[in-house]
Amino acid sequence: MSSLQGVERSALATVRHGLSLTPEFRKGLAGTLTLAVLATLGKVVVPIAVQQTVDGGLKGAVPDVPFIRTTVALCAAAVVITALCGYLMNVRLYRATEASLATLRVRGFRHVHDLSVLTQNSERRGALVSRVTGDVDQISAFMQWGGLMIIVAVGQLLVASLVMFVYSWQLALLIWACFLPLMVAMPRFQRWLSAAYTRVRERTGDMLAAVSESVVGAAVIRAYGSEARTAERLDTAIDANKAAQARTQRIVATVFPLTEIIAAIALAAVVLVGVRLGVGGGITKGELILFLFLITLFVSPMQIATEVLNEAQNAIAGWRRVLGVLDTPPDVADPGSEGVELPRGPISVSFEDVGFAYPGGPPVLREVSVDIPPRSRIAVVGETGSGKTTFAKLLTRLMDPVSGRVTVDGEDLREVRFSSLRERIVMVPQDGFLFDGTLAENVRFGRPEATDAEIALAMTELGLADWVDGLPAGLDTPVGQRGESLSAGERQLVALARAYLADPDLLLLDEATSAVDPATEVRLARALEGVTRGRTAVSIAHRLSTAEAADEVFVFEHGRIVQRGPHAELVAEPGVYADLHASWVAAAHS
Amino acid sequence: MTSKVTSAVMRQGLRVLGVAIRAEKAVFSAAVLSSALYGVMTVASAWALGWATENVVLPAFDRGEAAAGAVTLGAALILGTALLKALGVAGRRYFAGVMQYRMQARSRRDVTRQYLRLPLAWHHRHPTGQLLSNASADAEAAWAPLAPLPMAVGVIVMLVTAAVAMLVTDPVLALVGFLIFPAIALLNLVYQRRLSPLATRAQQLRAEVSEIAHESFDGALVVKTLGREDTETARFRARAEELRDANVEVGRVRGLFDPLLEALPTLGVLAVLLVGAARLESGAITPGVLVQVAYLFTLLAFPIRALGWVLAELPRAVVGYERVQAVLDATGSMEYGAAALPSGGPARLEVRALDYAYGDFKVLHGVDLEAEPGRTVALVGPTGSGKSTLAQTFVRLVDPAAGAVLVDGTDLREVARGGISDAVALVPQQTFLFDDTVRGNVTLGLPISDADVWAALRLAQADGFVSALPSGLDTRVGERGTTLSGGQRQRLALARALARRPRLLVLDDATSSVDPQVEAKILYGLRDAAATSAAATVVVVAYRMATIALADQIVYLEHGRVADRGTHDELLERCEGYRNLVTAYEREEAEREALESDEEINA
Repeated sequence: MSSLQGVERSALATVRHGLSLTPEFRKGLAGTLTLAVLATLGKVVVPIAVQQTVDGGLKGAVPDVPFIRTTVALCAAAVVITALCGYLMNVRLYRATEASLATLRVRGFRHVHDLSVLTQNSERRGALVSRVTGDVDQISAFMQWGGLMIIVAVGQLLVASLVMFVYSWQLALLIWACFLPLMVAMPRFQRWLSAAYTRVRERTGDMLAAVSESVVGAAVIRAYGSEARTAERLDTAIDANKAAQARTQRIVATVFPLTEIIAAIALAAVVLVGVRLGVGGGITKGELILFLFLITLFVSPMQIATEVLNEAQNAIAGWRRVLGVLDTPPDVADPGSEGVELPRGPISVSFEDVGFAYPGGPPVLREVSVDIPPRSRIAVVGETGSGKTTFAKLLTRLMDPVSGRVTVDGEDLREVRFSSLRERIVMVPQDGFLFDGTLAENVRFGRPEATDAEIALAMTELGLADWVDGLPAGLDTPVGQRGESLSAGERQLVALARAYLADPDLLLLDEATSAVDPATEVRLARALEGVTRGRTAVSIAHRLSTAEAADEVFVFEHGRIVQRGPHAELVAEPGVYADLHASWVAAAHS
Repeated sequence: MTSKVTSAVMRQGLRVLGVAIRAEKAVFSAAVLSSALYGVMTVASAWALGWATENVVLPAFDRGEAAAGAVTLGAALILGTALLKALGVAGRRYFAGVMQYRMQARSRRDVTRQYLRLPLAWHHRHPTGQLLSNASADAEAAWAPLAPLPMAVGVIVMLVTAAVAMLVTDPVLALVGFLIFPAIALLNLVYQRRLSPLATRAQQLRAEVSEIAHESFDGALVVKTLGREDTETARFRARAEELRDANVEVGRVRGLFDPLLEALPTLGVLAVLLVGAARLESGAITPGVLVQVAYLFTLLAFPIRALGWVLAELPRAVVGYERVQAVLDATGSMEYGAAALPSGGPARLEVRALDYAYGDFKVLHGVDLEAEPGRTVALVGPTGSGKSTLAQTFVRLVDPAAGAVLVDGTDLREVARGGISDAVALVPQQTFLFDDTVRGNVTLGLPISDADVWAALRLAQADGFVSALPSGLDTRVGERGTTLSGGQRQRLALARALARRPRLLVLDDATSSVDPQVEAKILYGLRDAAATSAAATVVVVAYRMATIALADQIVYLEHGRVADRGTHDELLERCEGYRNLVTAYEREEAEREALESDEEINA
């Protein structure tokens, strides 16, 4: 099964590709960035105000109060304006990121539904949910906080440096010289931290897996008295996670305060060197004080370099995973508006020399050529792994054949528009999945415009009215999450009604009543015979009578159709079917 | 749901913090002491800078020289306070983290212990997703304020120190501070009050978006085969757009308050300059003092927001804590007795007047049942008649509402913890495999030899496919392992039960995904084994005739009541419901043949 990794990209390429998919984000980005730069300018207002006060207002023996008042008023205006810029920038940023990420989420959701991995590999579903939830959330958290912080930090460094160089290049160089070793060492710290964060993520994953196992497997754990073993596994995972978290905290606690010490060294150096420069007439005292204030602007960018790292990594990883899904081409693509629309009415299907294999796997279906005439009733039989289910998936185009083709009413299935195909061919899978809601809502999923009366009628036609009446609230009975309030057999009944209400021209039943009791099943089979009259019906049979009732039986073995014909003919000749039949009879009557 | 920073939430939040503080006194003390050091040193560093300005910078500029001793002392003061401050920061961060992680781990351990302890009936009442988030997201949220808490305490120390320092330095400048800093604190409070309901709503919507995705992807086959991708996408889009709008609302509040919180202390510094100029004019202060106070304001501006961070986390923490606590407070625990079940030989099962209800919906009424040692009893009944529920009471997954289940004459409620699973094994309808090897899934940690594992696999007709797996018994299966078919999973689950040589084996439609031919082999194997060493009493829930035919006795259930019991032939003879059920296929076949012969006659 494809790993959904997509193309392996560098962090930068990932961000670029991600942004190219969300035009909402790039629209107006220049304006937002300009506002961000203007907002950053607010940071140097205080140092300049202090410098002006000291050099301009306090140069005589008596303070020049009107000058100071003017300076303060101008600076206050600047602060208000930059705060306003900050507000506007934030609003634009939130709007743009949220709009683009909502688009990404919905696109991802739609795309996942187009990927066959969803229906083929149930173990992967949890991960796919993360692609449109947690992964996108991590991108947005980064864009709205960490990413913004990085921009602000870089802006702050640049603006502070600029002002420094304007006032005194010597002191500016001195400050840079103090901070440079830290900047050079930062990538190394980041590597340590990033390794530590990766470990935390892995340990958190293990812990969640252990917790999930203890919850989902609750019944088995109890039935087998393995509570102590499970508790031990949980403790190990929880403690390992805690230890990994504490380790990152140790590194952060070591690296983070370094900046404070470096800043103090810079302060002391500026005082020492500045005083010498000042005595030589190089700078004024206000300018020296300005530098003392500007140094504080170097502290937070350094600290941010360690603070946002984890978020940045999470975001890049999240982005990579989301893009990995979006970049995976749907293996079964909808021809869309270019596709053929099938007219309604009884359907005929033909398999022309069809072969199928999973990527890298052995062939599971070989050279299958067979016709299903309109209004015929077909039973498909064979042992587990003989290719029955693959046949059903190809017929409903959950997968495409590797060789040969499947046609419906003469049209290649690949050319048929999905909307038309899904309307005319409906499969009832073995696992009767239900959505959280009432029984009626679930049946209506087959045809959203159906009225309550139509749903009640469908239940009656299928002979299920008595069963519905026996439920606590009839059709309005809530089925619970995934239908868990109903038994496995009852879920199958609802799934069948749902497909029946969809009114398809070809109904495909994949062991759709395997968990239903025999009496109900026979009643259902009889009802289905009635309601599918005039339609084409294909049943993957798990019992004898389905095959006996069919117009024609397809017998699968090792991916081939080895026998076909009516039951009476097949049972009379020696072969796979006769053997199957014999074991069925033995099972039913022994 | 609690959503606002109301005084009630504040009180509850502080109580939650109190719980953590009491639990981790030493770590909390270390964190607070470090943070107090940081707070005091922050003020001290401003004072050191002011001292250096006053005694080094200004003399140098005004008189053209500075005393060498003052220069050295100034540098030493700046470096010394910074070193102590850095030490405080390091200690604060480390101990705050340790405290938070310890509390999270503690909650997770307590919650999962409780999951293992609480009866299955409790599990049935709570959705899986909720239980998972109780142990992960809720445990995390409950203790999230612990990360900024020591810093907030340090900030209070810092503010008090600053207030004292300013009062000592100049009462008038201190007044500016006394106006600005409460204003910042107030703004923070208003901010969090405005933000938290919006943040809670966004959080709620995020959970809903996730639920839709989960459900929709789980039902992918239904969505696909009915062509409902577009309606599903519309359903998802509607909620995703609500989330987008909610997040933009959050952003609007953040976008407003963050720049305000940054601007306010800056305006404070400007006010200091303005007032300070007047104070300088009157000779009340020196320029060094002015620089010191201005610098102090710059240093205080950011940390003061830590108070807001704690406030911001409190509502979420209260909700998280309450959810965790609800699990820990859950009652209806399964009490165990002290009795031991005898060992060796097949067990005798007896069910007396058993009732069971899911909520108000009664599913079993006065069920009586007996299974003699070594015998096989089949539970037969229409879909939804209560067979699986009844089977669950045999291993005490659930306790009856009334009546009793007895094994070898002992009420299961009297049996000591762990005593039942030594004697009774249930293979449930829905198979669960652990994220573990084949061996681990069969033994579940019991010391069972590989030879015995293989023997169990053989009996479950699973030896063939297991030996074909890439690493045999060591192959990883389950969530992150090799994908097995439904029939293969069921056979592994069966081997798991057989490997423990149970004295009572309960099969709840446990071979439904297995081919009839293979199922027959399993059943014959079980019957043969019963005649030898691995003798067990067997209760099977089944529809298939082959399975039913192996039973010595059949109990026929209808609407949660025992409608009849006896041998297959007896029931066929006298019980109409049973006859209808088990002969449904045969009758259908017969009718069909009759119909066909009619057609032939008519033809």
